[in-house]
Amino acid sequence: MEQCTMCGTAEQLKKLHAVIDEAKNTPGCLMHILQEAQGIYGYLPMEVQKTIAEGLGISLSEVYGVATFYSQFSLKPKGKHRISVCLGTACYVKGSDKILAEVEKQLGIKCGECTEDGLFSIDSCRCVGACGLAPVMMIGEEVYGKLTPDMVKGILDSYREEK
Amino acid sequence: MTIQELESIRKAKSDLIKVRRIVREEGEKLAKKTGYRKQVLVCGGTGCTSSHSMKVIAQLEKSLKELKLDDVLVVKTGCFGLCSLGPIMIVYPEGAFYSQMTPEHVKTVAEKHLVKGGEIVKELLYQGTVMTDGSIIPFAETPFYKKQLRIALRNCGVIAPEDIEEAIAAGDYEALQKVLTSMTPDDVINEMLASGLRGRGGAGFPTGRKWAFAKASEGDVKYVCCNADEGDPGAFMDRSVLEGDPHCVIEAMTIAGYAIGAHQGYIYVRAEYPIAVQRLKIAIDQAHQYGLLGNDILGLGFDFDIEVRLGAGAFVCGEETALMTSIEGHRGEPRPRPPFPAVKGLFGKPTILNNVETWANINPIITKGAKWFSEIGTESSKGTKVFALGGNITNVGLVEVPMGTTLREIVEEIGGGIPNGRKFKAAQTGGPSGGCIPAECIDTPIDYDNLIAIGSMMGSGGMIILDDSNCMVDISKFYLEFTADESCGKCTPCRIGTKRLLQLLTKITEGKGETEDLGKIEELASHMKSSSLCALGQSAPNPVLSTMRYFRNEYEEHINEKKCAAGVCKAMLNYTIDKEKCIGCGLCAKNCPVNAIAKTDYVAAGHKLPSMEIDSAKCIKCGACLANCKFKAIERK
Repeated sequence: MEQCTMCGTAEQLKKLHAVIDEAKNTPGCLMHILQEAQGIYGYLPMEVQKTIAEGLGISLSEVYGVATFYSQFSLKPKGKHRISVCLGTACYVKGSDKILAEVEKQLGIKCGECTEDGLFSIDSCRCVGACGLAPVMMIGEEVYGKLTPDMVKGILDSYREEK
Repeated sequence: MTIQELESIRKAKSDLIKVRRIVREEGEKLAKKTGYRKQVLVCGGTGCTSSHSMKVIAQLEKSLKELKLDDVLVVKTGCFGLCSLGPIMIVYPEGAFYSQMTPEHVKTVAEKHLVKGGEIVKELLYQGTVMTDGSIIPFAETPFYKKQLRIALRNCGVIAPEDIEEAIAAGDYEALQKVLTSMTPDDVINEMLASGLRGRGGAGFPTGRKWAFAKASEGDVKYVCCNADEGDPGAFMDRSVLEGDPHCVIEAMTIAGYAIGAHQGYIYVRAEYPIAVQRLKIAIDQAHQYGLLGNDILGLGFDFDIEVRLGAGAFVCGEETALMTSIEGHRGEPRPRPPFPAVKGLFGKPTILNNVETWANINPIITKGAKWFSEIGTESSKGTKVFALGGNITNVGLVEVPMGTTLREIVEEIGGGIPNGRKFKAAQTGGPSGGCIPAECIDTPIDYDNLIAIGSMMGSGGMIILDDSNCMVDISKFYLEFTADESCGKCTPCRIGTKRLLQLLTKITEGKGETEDLGKIEELASHMKSSSLCALGQSAPNPVLSTMRYFRNEYEEHINEKKCAAGVCKAMLNYTIDKEKCIGCGLCAKNCPVNAIAKTDYVAAGHKLPSMEIDSAKCIKCGACLANCKFKAIERK
């Protein structure tokens, strides 16, 4: 397990404690707390998992077990712009694998990785439910539909410019 | 809130809603009574929001203000069903169906149509509603809509889901009122049993029996759960119900709580559905405010409350015991059954779990009666089924049809056929747990038992249409990649079985398959089906088995001839340049990501530049050259 020594600001920690205190008496609160914690930190560093384990009086292995079970949780930092290419069935039969390949080619990283400048990270996801627009990818909250590989560069450039 | 107050809300707004359900002259007359000359419904579901329907609404409100049209009502609704044409806007009382709207288009419609004495802007309408003689038909009369029967989706795309009064006026909470005032818990369960409703989540277990088991279980604490963890990639029925009519789920769960003696409900919903989550939370808050949820509902002494729990992206959590483990805050691993959840479920207490679409069917059964419901559908499958029609089909979207409708009706009539002049090959239903219905079974009436008999299953309702550009071996591999990735790892047959199956399929798609591999797949599949702990592992081999049953020739072709007829499996493809057609422009070489294309010494007759050549050792078969060649000089074999 990789240790994390630099984990956010005092303000983030304060928020995390507030979340833990508010939820800790609700049965089955661990997932909710992890979701909130990821919202605060952007990912779930080991230090944060330890804080949660201590706050709830459960073992770190239990927290780690849950954090690694669900694909939504990430133990690694993500890019400023999170790209998520849908590989659900409807998108797949319409060629979303080619969209993913183009995004990977344009950014020079693989799915699951983050660019060196921290600007982009790529993930694949299973269906955002916008099957009518297949193939689809999301950047942050924005959904881009009816994609073709040649549209990818222009979309990525629009994010580079706003940097 | 008292029953009288509930009824007065229902009465006050019922005409407003009715205008959206009837059209032509009758609608015109009714519209006058409502105080709104026109109502403009804009879809605010995920599909249309993704194609920027919020900008459409903003422009609409701006234009109406500028034109001082204060007798036009704008309603943000849930999904209309025809997601590929978004953003969608319908104007009532005409029922004029505008598709693919931009803010510019909205301005035009406001200025030409919404103003007093305005006319429908024909060129912006969905062309399926404009007849060859120039006359216009309402959306409800198009081939896409005509064959549908909307029970679960009755209010989706009709009401504003964030306004509880619209939901009440459209009929929500009428069933709850009836149950709490005139039915005993046994009456409710008997009604469910008599209706013949079967679970819409996939397995098709009779809903009434599930409830009866839970009611018979001893215990003072029981739970009601809603499975909104719609994990089947390509299915989005449940999301649309939650986005379009969240109150119907809240109401139905409350009714179930009354029937089995539970006072707490949980809705487990995918975190990937932010709009659905937000609307659910708004709906729950509003239901509290109106006294339709919480303590002493409608002043009739029954308490029931609902909490929303977010999933975190694990397909296995769609399995009932795994879902409950996840609500308890643990890794979402399934538990052995028995004990069944009706006896020992969430937090060890008797629990019923139904899927969103099942819940959406409860209220009409209560208000209209089990007899009405049981007359729809086939002998063994009553009612309707919602399908998320996707893949290679003209009309991508949500359709709800009576059980027993044939696949042909769905594909050719409602779906509008296969685009780009291609040929229908198969329909995949049931997602990673289901199978393919081949073209020769296209006239099979769709119900639970027929689908199982032909080697597929109903599943939750994803229906992906495949055409001759799709390779069936590749599709099976796609599903196995999914199940191998999503297997929770608790039991060996699933954890190792999915990996080994995937290895065998990968080997075949890479052109390394051997004849005995097919036998190995069948043997492994039968072990997985008989010995996996939960439905994920038991059904994971289904996509392979069903494609092997109907498309065995494709598997054999891949193995014996090393050929992929659909041209999908890259390892079996070869790209070559026709030297006579190539003009040597070099565009292919420029686009080749691995520099596998170079000039030759050969200049074809009539051309000035030497033609190009692909080095097959370097080629990664991405197809970029083929896509960029303007002279059709590149061939894929």
